Order: sequence, then structure tokens, then C-alpha cells
Amino acid sequence: MDIFLQQLVNGLTLGSIYALVALGYTMVYGIMELINFAHGEVVMVGALVALTVIQALSGQGWPVPLAVLAGVLAAMVVCMVLGLVIERVAYRPLRRAPKLAPLITAIGLSIVLQQLAALIWGRGYLSFPAVLPPVSVAWGGVIITAIQGVIVALAGLIMAGLLVLVQKTALGRAMRATAQNPAVAQLMGVNTDRVIALTFVLGSALAAVAGVMVVAYYNVGNYTMGFMLGLKAFTAAVLGGIGNLPGAMLGGLLLGVVESLGAGYIGDLTGGFFGSNYKDVFAFMVLIGVLVFHPNGLLGSRAQEKV
Amino acid sequence: MTALLQVEGLGVHYGGIEAVARLDLEVRQGERVTLIGANGAGKSSTLKALAGLVAASAGSIRYDGTDMRALPAWQRVGRGLCLVPEGRGVFSRLTIEENLLMGAYHRGSVPQLSRELDHIYGLLPRLHERRHQAAGTLSGGEQQMLAIGRALMARPRLLMLDEPSMGLAPLMVEKVFEVIRNIVAEGVTLLLVEQNARLALEMCDRAYVMESGRIVLSDSAARCLDNPLVRAAYLG
Ligand SMILES: Nc1ncnc2c1ncn2[C@@H]1O[C@H](COP(=O)(O)OP(=O)(O)OP(=O)(O)O)[C@@H](O)[C@H]1O
Ligand SMILES: [Mg+2]
Repeated sequence: MDIFLQQLVNGLTLGSIYALVALGYTMVYGIMELINFAHGEVVMVGALVALTVIQALSGQGWPVPLAVLAGVLAAMVVCMVLGLVIERVAYRPLRRAPKLAPLITAIGLSIVLQQLAALIWGRGYLSFPAVLPPVSVAWGGVIITAIQGVIVALAGLIMAGLLVLVQKTALGRAMRATAQNPAVAQLMGVNTDRVIALTFVLGSALAAVAGVMVVAYYNVGNYTMGFMLGLKAFTAAVLGGIGNLPGAMLGGLLLGVVESLGAGYIGDLTGGFFGSNYKDVFAFMVLIGVLVFHPNGLLGSRAQEKV
Repeated sequence: MTALLQVEGLGVHYGGIEAVARLDLEVRQGERVTLIGANGAGKSSTLKALAGLVAASAGSIRYDGTDMRALPAWQRVGRGLCLVPEGRGVFSRLTIEENLLMGAYHRGSVPQLSRELDHIYGLLPRLHERRHQAAGTLSGGEQQMLAIGRALMARPRLLMLDEPSMGLAPLMVEKVFEVIRNIVAEGVTLLLVEQNARLALEMCDRAYVMESGRIVLSDSAARCLDNPLVRAAYLG
């Protein structure tokens, strides 16, 4: 039972991060039916920018919380600019092109971003300074570390804020209107180019925060880290129903939990044949399962029609 | 007095297809003008070019003294040039009230919005009952009412309607036109495209008849109703 609860806590932490990244995929898909496969690399860039800034500032004697805050802000700014550039340079010229073209562009872009990161940060692992004191609450046999608490709480706040933005504000209405019918949205006075760019910027800001969370949680970052993370977050978005915001949140949390529980029990289940290093298998079993049995995802509407 | 809308030599092309050619048209302040013609004549293409949804390939569009061709679609509605597109274009996944609020999007957050919403709901009480439901749950006629209500929230000076009666039962057509008449009575200038030529001619002051992308006749609506050619072709 304790192992179960412990893995649940771990899973919710991981899932919060997946959810933040999945939101970026789902927002962009929702508004322009495009899978921005370069999104995982934006997370990586955010993580490494934050690492660099935090290392530099804490090396100069900045108090740790301030250095972290500066790192997060720097990562957000860099990622938002990157998101803007990606949309402008890679996707906007292809809006009327066949669907395959932006997909190939996205893959090319991922490779470019990874190699650029390798040039800037090298191919080794960058370590994260211990920022939060390794405090934790033990509750029964379950241990919740401070960093886990911060990740879950912050992700929850950000997601609540995003839902309010999209559901309750004029900008959110314009985003949903643009997603549904960009031509008519223009007739209402919506600058749809700007709304689409803004969607990329918003998703990239979430990616930056998620990137910082990953390195803070695992204490390392590397130029290849965006690939697997991006793939899993994409899986989470599909699991929840791509294009659907609450779906991405739910999908992210579920995937994190499935993966952690799987990692916790796979040894027992297979008589020790597979170790927890096989945990990634679960994410892709989930992806295949969803695609086969429930292709619209948990909260996705049947055939996300564009009216 | 100069016209509110003055179109000269308008052309619209889709690739190699010429949908509108050398079209001249004007609408004066307070006028009700209709553009009628058979399927594929180029009526919708004309309205889309005026609203900025398709680019004009030739000619000029002067509206309220400025050249509209330089403005993207999303800036034209800010000048009061407002199109209710063919097929209504309601946002079916947004609620009815959100659709109405989208109409006022270009005006930003103005304090009198809730009063204007009430005004629209007064004109269209069915919408008020269901204001928090997804617009896609409305019937075709109700969606048309919503699309018109939404356009009113934009504060139009020139309201362009593309086939408001399309796909509606006769009773519903009557109701929709009743609403249009009320709006026009409030002083909105109207450019109406309609398949139902009799209805259009009866409510408008002037008419243009379009065939294969060109204006073939322009006259007062009353004389068009008596014109044997118009009667034979469009009034059955
Ligand atoms: N997006 C498009 N691409 C290519 N051709 C088009 C496009 N839209 C319209 N056309 C063509 O342009 C011509 C004019 O079409 P348009 O829709 O303007 O006619 P209409 O008078 O509104 O007809 P209807 O009464 O059927 O609505 C038609 O021949 C049509 O096939
Ligand atoms: Mg038409």
C-alpha cells in the first residue's frame, strides 16, 4: 500500500509536468490542427537556459530563491521568443500547404534545435544546484519532498489560470473562435495571425516552466532531454483528446501516474525480469492503446470537426 | 451626397477562375440594396471581397471615404463594414452569449455591452432563454438570428447579409426577415444577397442583378419587380 501511495505521489508530480507540456501541444493543435513536434525541444531550451542562469547567479552569491526566480523568468522569455520565431519562420509560411509539410518541418526543426543546444551547452549533463532544502513530509510511509509539493502546486495554479484565460476572457473567446473558424473570427475583428502567434507564445511559456521543473526534479539537464519528454507529453495530449485543454491536463496526470505505478511494480509483475528502467514502455503502451481503442482520447469529441 | 460604399471595377479570381469581373456598385447611407443572381453568379465572392476575406484582383473599394483594399479583414469591421457570411458562421462550440460577445470583440471592453446584450435579447427572446448553451444546439433559423444579432453587436454602419434565408422553412424565413426589417428601421444601411429575389426586392430600395460575375442590370427594386426579364429569371 505504501509503495502504491508513494508511486501515486511521484506520478502526480511527473504528471503535472507532462500536463504543462501537453497543453502546449494541444493548444497549438486546437487552433491550427498542427502537431508542433518541436515543442519538446522548447522545453529543453527552457531547462538549459534556466540551469545556466541559476548556476551563474548562485555562483555569484545570489540567494538561491532569487537565482531560481531569475532562471525561470529568463527561460520563459527565451522560450516565448523561440515560440514566436518558430511560428513565424517554420509554420506561418506553410499554413496553406498540405499537412505533411509542417510535420516534416517540425521534425527538421527539432533536429536543428537539438544540435544548436549541443553547440551551446555541450553534449554532457548539466547539474542543477540543490535549490530547495531536501525537506520532505513523511505521512504514513509516504514521503512528499518539498520540490514535489512546489511542482504540483505551481502546475495546478498555472493550469487553473490558463483555463480562466481561455474560458472567461475576451482573448480566450477569440482563441476558441479562431480555432473553430478563422475566417469568421476575422469578420469579428480578430487579428487571427496574432492570436495564433500568441498561442505559440503561451504554450512556450508553459514549456519553459515545465523545463525548469524537470531539471529541478531530476537535478540534471541535457540537450537530448526534450525528445522523450515531448513524446510523452504528446502521448498525454492524445490520451486526453488532442485539442482539448482539460483533456491535456487529465492525460498528463494519468500518464504520469501510470508510468510511476508501472515503474514501481514492473519488477514484481515480471518476476524481476524487467526493471524500472522499462518505465517508458508504459507511456507508449498507453499511446497505442488509445489510438486503437479510443482514437479521440478521453475528453476529445468524436471527430474534432472544424465547422 | 457621396456613397457610403463605392465599388468600381471590382475583380475576384480563384486561381484561373474569374468569379467577379469589372463590377461597379454603390450603396448610399441609409439605403437598402440587394444583389440577386443565380447560383455561382459571384454574389458571395463580391461580399467576401468587400469584407476582405478574399483579395480583390482588380478595382477599388471605397467605404466611408477610405480605400478598403489596404485593410485586412479584421480591421474592416472596426469601420462598421460588417458581413454575416453565407451559412451563418456561428461558432457552434461557443455559447450563444459568447457568440454575441464575439460580435463586439473589435470594440474592446466597453461598459454598455450588457445593455446592448439585453437589447439583442429583446429583439430575439429565444436566444436569451438559451444564452448559456452551445450555439450548435440551435436550429438553423435560430442560428441565423444569432448571426444577425452578433453582427448588430459589432455596431455596423453597412450590414452585408449573404443569403439569410438559406435552408430555412418558410415560416422561419418570414421571422428572419421581420428581424432584418426591424434592424433596417433603426437606420442601418443594408446590402442584401438573397436567393429569394421576391422577398429581397420587396424590402429593398434598389437592386443589382448579377450573372456570371458581372452586373447585368441595376434599377430600383420596384421596377425590377415589374421587369419581365427579372420576372422570368428570378421570380418564377
Ligand atoms: N474558394 C473557391 N475556389 C474556387 N472557386 C470558387 C471558390 N468560391 C467560389 N468559386 C467559384 O466562383 C464562382 C462564384 O461563386 P460565388 O460563391 O461567389 O457565387 P454565388 O453567387 O454566391 O452563388 P450561390 O448562390 O450558390 O451562393 C463560382 O463559379 C464558384 O464555383
Ligand atoms: Mg453565395
